Amino acid sequence: MSKVDLSVNIGTLKLRNPIILASGTVGYGNEISEFVDLNTIGGIITKSLSLKARKGNSPQRIVETPAGMLNAIGLANVGVERFLKEKIPFLRKFDIPLICNIAAGTIEEYVECVNILNAEETIKGFEINVSCPNVKKGGLQFGNDIKAVGEITGKVRAATRKPLIIKLSPNVSYISEFAKVVKKEGGDAVSAINTLVGTSINIFTRRPKLSNITGGLSGPAIKPIALAKVLEIYQNVDIPILGIGGIMGWKDIIEFMITGSSAVQIGTLNFINPSASKEILKELENYCINERIGKLSDITGSLKT
Amino acid sequence: MLVIKAHVDKVIELDNQIFLLKIHCSEIASKIRPGQFLNVKVSDTIYPLLRRPFSVCDVKGDYFYLMFNILGEGTKMLAHKHAGDLIDIIGPLGHGFNLEGDYDTAIIVAGGLGVAPFPYFIKALDGGKNINCFIGGKTYKEVIMHGMKNISVATDDGSLGFKGNIVELLNSKIDMLKLKRIKIFACGPNAMLRNLKEFCIRNEFECEASIESAMACGFGICQGCPIQSSERSDKYLLICKEGPVFNVKDVII
Repeated sequence: MSKVDLSVNIGTLKLRNPIILASGTVGYGNEISEFVDLNTIGGIITKSLSLKARKGNSPQRIVETPAGMLNAIGLANVGVERFLKEKIPFLRKFDIPLICNIAAGTIEEYVECVNILNAEETIKGFEINVSCPNVKKGGLQFGNDIKAVGEITGKVRAATRKPLIIKLSPNVSYISEFAKVVKKEGGDAVSAINTLVGTSINIFTRRPKLSNITGGLSGPAIKPIALAKVLEIYQNVDIPILGIGGIMGWKDIIEFMITGSSAVQIGTLNFINPSASKEILKELENYCINERIGKLSDITGSLKT
Repeated sequence: MLVIKAHVDKVIELDNQIFLLKIHCSEIASKIRPGQFLNVKVSDTIYPLLRRPFSVCDVKGDYFYLMFNILGEGTKMLAHKHAGDLIDIIGPLGHGFNLEGDYDTAIIVAGGLGVAPFPYFIKALDGGKNINCFIGGKTYKEVIMHGMKNISVATDDGSLGFKGNIVELLNSKIDMLKLKRIKIFACGPNAMLRNLKEFCIRNEFECEASIESAMACGFGICQGCPIQSSERSDKYLLICKEGPVFNVKDVII
């Protein structure tokens, strides 16, 4: 038994610790399970699922940038039906809250996806992707539109009683306004932040390196921005925040929690060190012991200003 | 698949700014097959952030070798490694070459740094089959012969061997190739592989190619390295997981 209580709550969702593996960085759990015991993780969020399978963008989809990377995968996924049939049986084996990330081109499609997935008991919550920068339809066109975000939240809320998390775009002027709307429409939490729109150019061919021209910037390069967005939401809206953006180790997690996150998501790090969470959990515990913190969740929002 | 820290034994500079990194790691040396790759973190900081994928070049006892040239900051750091330095490796990854098959002669076709996986391949195959290597480069400077045998060379500018590209060289020897029961194994730039695929289909030669791609993870979760399947227009295959070696008939290069 651990001497320190690392558990956190996001609404009614109870996690054994604040580490959630982020959407799009762990597939449907099978590859990452070769590196880390999923039963030790706080939660896992699937790759974005859409109503129909999506092939994704043509190559090149990935570019490395200073302390970061751009991706333009284009929501390649198996679709909700095949997910239930082919991926759930594997995920059912683990004692870990499974959250399904949903992406859609229309508001009705979000609701339809949730309707199809809702009855599956293994799924403990939904994260709605209103902010993918890499698809033409849906994605950012919703993420930048406060009315659309409100409407999606309200309609999905009506379709499920499971915890509902909205993943917010950082590509807006006031992210807290979006968090306010999510709360008003019955959302349980927000994830902040999705990737930032960026690009990279081959100076010899004068062409963009990504076939999609732009991609989503992630990695430690975006951490200061993510922290500022988390802080803005925390100071203006009373809603649990899942902090995400460039977490590379335990210190980053503490920083996100002090700034106002109830839990955090690890994304890009899974590509580089897929077994990192094991070490991180040990270090989180050491930090709590050294700082005489009995319950890690007490540090959420403890920033002194 | 292992995530492992291994010691650098030495860095060997071949001609023309081509390097061999010799690493001590019995766990990987004993498992890895020709054509498989490793994803290597060249620093223990966030710069550079991502791992770098390298085909295994050779294996000797508890040691394995990676071949690389200096392309950017990451490979520059690798070239400056010293004996005893630790590097973090994930591997063995992907599917390597299928050495089996109904052929007597392996025809190796490599462009530039595309020779990298073949020293180990040749070692694994030696004795059982005849081996002929066709190596191409823009100029003599890009022709790497390390660990290769029975070599024919083509350079675009004619500065070494046949003047022209590697497929033109193969074409000039088509009568000889047709007399033998061959299987072609290739690695090199996509333009070369596209050309080679067409040549192989035209002449009904079996051909496997190792294909390169930008990637983040190397084991299937980032979805960053797709290649179009020839069989199904609605499907991409992942180079890291379903490759990096493909039968050229199965993919659109």
